[in-house]
Amino acid sequence: MRDDRTPDSPPAAKIGVYVCHCGTNIAGTVDVHALTEYAASLPDVVVSREYKYMCSDPGQELIRQDIRDHGLNRIVVASCSPLMHEPTFRGALTQAGINPFLLQMVNIREHVSWVHTSKQEATAKAKDLVRAAVRRVRLHKPLEKRKVEINPNVLVVGGGIAGIHAALNLANSGKHVYLVERQPTIGGHMAFFDKTFPTLDCAACILTPKMTAVGSHRNITLWTYAEVAAVDGYVGNYKVKVRHKPRYILEDLCIGCQECVEACVYKEGRWADEFNQGLSKRKPIYLPFPQAVPQKVLIDPEACIEFKSHKCKKTCVEVCGERKAIDFNQKEWIDEIEVGSIIICTGFKTFDAGRNAYYGYGKYKNVYTSLEIERLINASGPTGGEIVLRDGAKPKMVGIIHCVGSRDHNTNRWCSKVCCMYSLKLAHLIRERTGASVYNFYIDMRTPGKGYEEFYDRLLDEGVHFVRGRVAEVTDWPAHPSENGKLIIRAEDTLAGFVRRIPVDMVVLSVGLEPQADARDVRRLFNISCSEEGWFLERHPKLAPVSTFTDGVFIAGACQGPKDIPDSVAQAGAAAAEAMALADAKYVELEPYTAHVIEDACSGCKTCLTICPYSAISFVEETKKASVNEVLCKGCGTCVATCPSGSIEQNLFEDQEIFEEVEGLLAYA
Amino acid sequence: MKYSYYPGCSLKGTGRAYEESLLAVFRALGVEVEELKDWNCCGATTYMSYDELQSYALAARNLSMATQAGNDLMAPCAACYLVLNKTQYYVRDYPWIGQIVEHALETIHLPKDISAKVRHPLDILLSDVGLDAIKAKVSHPLNGLKIAPYYGCQIVRPYALFDSQRNPTSMDRLLEACGAEIVYYPVKTQCCGGSQKGTLPEIGLDLIRHLLAEAQRNGAEVMATVCPLCQFNLEAFQEQASNAHQFKIPVLYFTQLLAVALGIRLQDAGFQRSFIRVKPILTKKEIAYA
Amino acid sequence: MELKRVVKFEAERDPDFARWITQTVGGERIRHCLQCGLCSGSCPLSLYMDYTPRRLMHLSREGFKEEVLSSYTIWLCTCCYACMVECPKKINITHMMYALKTRAMKEGFYPKRFAIPVLAREFSRMIRASGRITESRLVMRVFFKTAIWRMMGFGKLGLRLMRTGRMRMQREKVQRRGDIVTLLNAVDGMRKELAR
Repeated sequence: MRDDRTPDSPPAAKIGVYVCHCGTNIAGTVDVHALTEYAASLPDVVVSREYKYMCSDPGQELIRQDIRDHGLNRIVVASCSPLMHEPTFRGALTQAGINPFLLQMVNIREHVSWVHTSKQEATAKAKDLVRAAVRRVRLHKPLEKRKVEINPNVLVVGGGIAGIHAALNLANSGKHVYLVERQPTIGGHMAFFDKTFPTLDCAACILTPKMTAVGSHRNITLWTYAEVAAVDGYVGNYKVKVRHKPRYILEDLCIGCQECVEACVYKEGRWADEFNQGLSKRKPIYLPFPQAVPQKVLIDPEACIEFKSHKCKKTCVEVCGERKAIDFNQKEWIDEIEVGSIIICTGFKTFDAGRNAYYGYGKYKNVYTSLEIERLINASGPTGGEIVLRDGAKPKMVGIIHCVGSRDHNTNRWCSKVCCMYSLKLAHLIRERTGASVYNFYIDMRTPGKGYEEFYDRLLDEGVHFVRGRVAEVTDWPAHPSENGKLIIRAEDTLAGFVRRIPVDMVVLSVGLEPQADARDVRRLFNISCSEEGWFLERHPKLAPVSTFTDGVFIAGACQGPKDIPDSVAQAGAAAAEAMALADAKYVELEPYTAHVIEDACSGCKTCLTICPYSAISFVEETKKASVNEVLCKGCGTCVATCPSGSIEQNLFEDQEIFEEVEGLLAYA
Repeated sequence: MKYSYYPGCSLKGTGRAYEESLLAVFRALGVEVEELKDWNCCGATTYMSYDELQSYALAARNLSMATQAGNDLMAPCAACYLVLNKTQYYVRDYPWIGQIVEHALETIHLPKDISAKVRHPLDILLSDVGLDAIKAKVSHPLNGLKIAPYYGCQIVRPYALFDSQRNPTSMDRLLEACGAEIVYYPVKTQCCGGSQKGTLPEIGLDLIRHLLAEAQRNGAEVMATVCPLCQFNLEAFQEQASNAHQFKIPVLYFTQLLAVALGIRLQDAGFQRSFIRVKPILTKKEIAYA
Repeated sequence: MELKRVVKFEAERDPDFARWITQTVGGERIRHCLQCGLCSGSCPLSLYMDYTPRRLMHLSREGFKEEVLSSYTIWLCTCCYACMVECPKKINITHMMYALKTRAMKEGFYPKRFAIPVLAREFSRMIRASGRITESRLVMRVFFKTAIWRMMGFGKLGLRLMRTGRMRMQREKVQRRGDIVTLLNAVDGMRKELAR
């Protein structure tokens, strides 16, 4: 990176200073002419110019021409913030044939003209800053950007709709994708739904083709019932360990015929079926759901007799016959892969309705969560699509309560974005299937998407009762003979202005979305951040929603924040495009403002190792010295400041350079 | 274990049975209790509506004296319990209130430290004495007496310091340890109306009627309360509240029921002060009483 | 039919009242109120109110002083805190009700001989004089000042209380009564100072 390691005598400097007017943005408050004249008077300044718009082509040509004509070897540009145009001016230096890091920018816009009103004071400050920069730039050394090759393979974590879409995009473009999913099947939450809003498309019909495509795509390695165990490396060069949980089934041999499930010694299911939200029971050996991808069964070791007593008849093995796909001795195993970028699509979990004691979930048997109702409505669910109460009767009155676990300082402050829409959808479906009277209790009706308000219009036509009022309580004690034996929902009808008690047979709680329970642990695996609420943190909420602060790691879908299917798919496509761009660029250039250890001075105290927020410093056992991985280093300077022996230095921020700048600032006469 | 005891104005008047049974129970359990010397009225909800700042000062006087005495302060009356706790919270959360209260205490030469822990006897019985110790001393079990436990609003709201806010069970567990059967009582924390029965009689009566009806519907033979005003409201107006149903259900303090279980004589536990005779029910359930 | 024209002009609003409510203890978060109605739904007294607690919150923060202070709501509230327990914005509704009650009493927004302010006044008088409340005396004083004839209805109850020893006629008092007066005066004094 640096080719000159001696910090002492710099080469003879020939400095060019360029003062930008930025129209009236700077010139309105700073006396640019006086500033330019002052700069010309500073030692080693050969050329000092002013121009209306330095960032424009003619402005840059000024710099290039001067470099050629006068042999300038250091440039100072006094203009806007480096975040705006540092790359531009560095480009100009490169085009003129000198190293781009021999440039120092002075911010006389955001730091001077935008925060001062007095022309006198502003100009004086600008002069101080320019003087400091001129002294500093003398010590700048030529630096090279480091090129790192990008491995074109991509890891997608999470096989919900976002993960599936991202994986297909990338695979279709010819990249190899590893799709790792923690559940035994891909599909995510979308696989639970019956219909999706606002088109009322059958969720399975639109999802399963994509799932099958993933399962059979030659560019996708699909690993289900597996989790990422460790991630090492840096952008373009990640080494990932994936841990596979044992299904006790040899995936290559199982054809998904399910005869083993038929033959199991348990004639009836006895364990809560996770896919049906606990509304039905399954056997110890089971297929997660009929359209599961991969279409393989698995065995639950907590339930299977063979694991507890080793005395089972093992009718499953018998029936599997020559295929011999069942292996009770299977152990977990680890695969190691190398990828260039990672897309995290780990999705969400729903709010635990039991936390709101006043809604009676778990206390009254006919209080359901929205996911449970989705399974009831679904034709392949526990009741074959019949919406019935726990005792099998058809409900005549149903209450749907919005905002359970959302918009509430007692639980989750945010609005979960999708619940109003899915509550409307459930109202429609329940009404359609059972003819019951449906009441929706809402606070605000949030229908902002394409076709969403029109869907609400449709519901209004269908005779669903809308009561605007947050439900205070679901109880079973009657205050009126008509309420006997029912669940009573008590809420103020705020639009009417009085309290209403509505007796219903079934209560549906529209639970909100939350980050996954282990989001804070998962984020550490990938070296990214979480927001205060626990969603994965994007680089910029408006302009970079799918990137993170860790290069090469992207996020997409509900793990970044509550959202519906169209937005999840859009983000997945965006993340796939970012990963593709990285892979197609073949290599990435890293900024050289990194730190490095001066080995002779390093005492091996290891203080810098734990200080580094990017885990970029390691201890080399052979030499007993610290070593900075320049690819992971983000140039924050913490280690430089921390090192007790002063043996870490940072390019572009060397001690001498900083001292010169300070001296320059303080040398006002 | 020693506690300072803050009776509040009601426990010397309409709530006498509460004080009698409470002191008897603590004596039987070997817990020392000493009445706070020269305590003044806490102000309850009425003074808070009249003048908030003066009400904090009144409560603070008691708290300062209690802190001096050095023990936790037991406040059986739910309203006093709430006001004393509330004063501590508000003095801490609003510095300007703290200033005024401190100044007021200074003028009557009391120290400004008002940090004595204010506890409810239910809390003390469960956390400090312990259910096991109480069970060991139960000599006259309650034989499945059906009790509707009525907590009222003030010991669980707004501060749920020793029990769940929505579904408190401390009294349930205590009485079950004495051998009683707790009936399902979903309105156990619904307000009885407080002083509304006196000022807005019809509305007060409606609230009381509802609580009584639910207790009766769920088969309660006795109601247990923690607050003297709740006890009064529920007991004194049963005839007025009766319409189609005749309400005749004894309303006792939980300490009275505990006293029976511990073998304390009925007249030492204030049973002669009830309007509705309890002895027939005890006899019917074959509960031996002293 | 008795027609009434109701339109609220901005000039009729009382911005001082709106500002005052946000400055009361507990009123700091009133602007966060979503008007979700959970408070009214949980309130056991809301069934009888002319303005539900939710409506009252909105009227207060918008400065409709007349409506707010002459409502039944503030008198019906028993301060049971049910509204605050689940309020999703954690607004201190009960304490605001206290503040409104105090203000209504101070400014006289209630019918003559209305029991609640009479009770409050007699309560405070008794405390000032004795430091403690003697229930029997308090109740009788309130009856005298509001509706004497209601005492007739309480005859039977009164006898029962006497019979069971629950009616103490003897005045309950604190020994250092002077301290109580000093205490209360000190509060008033400092409050005036801080207000300046």
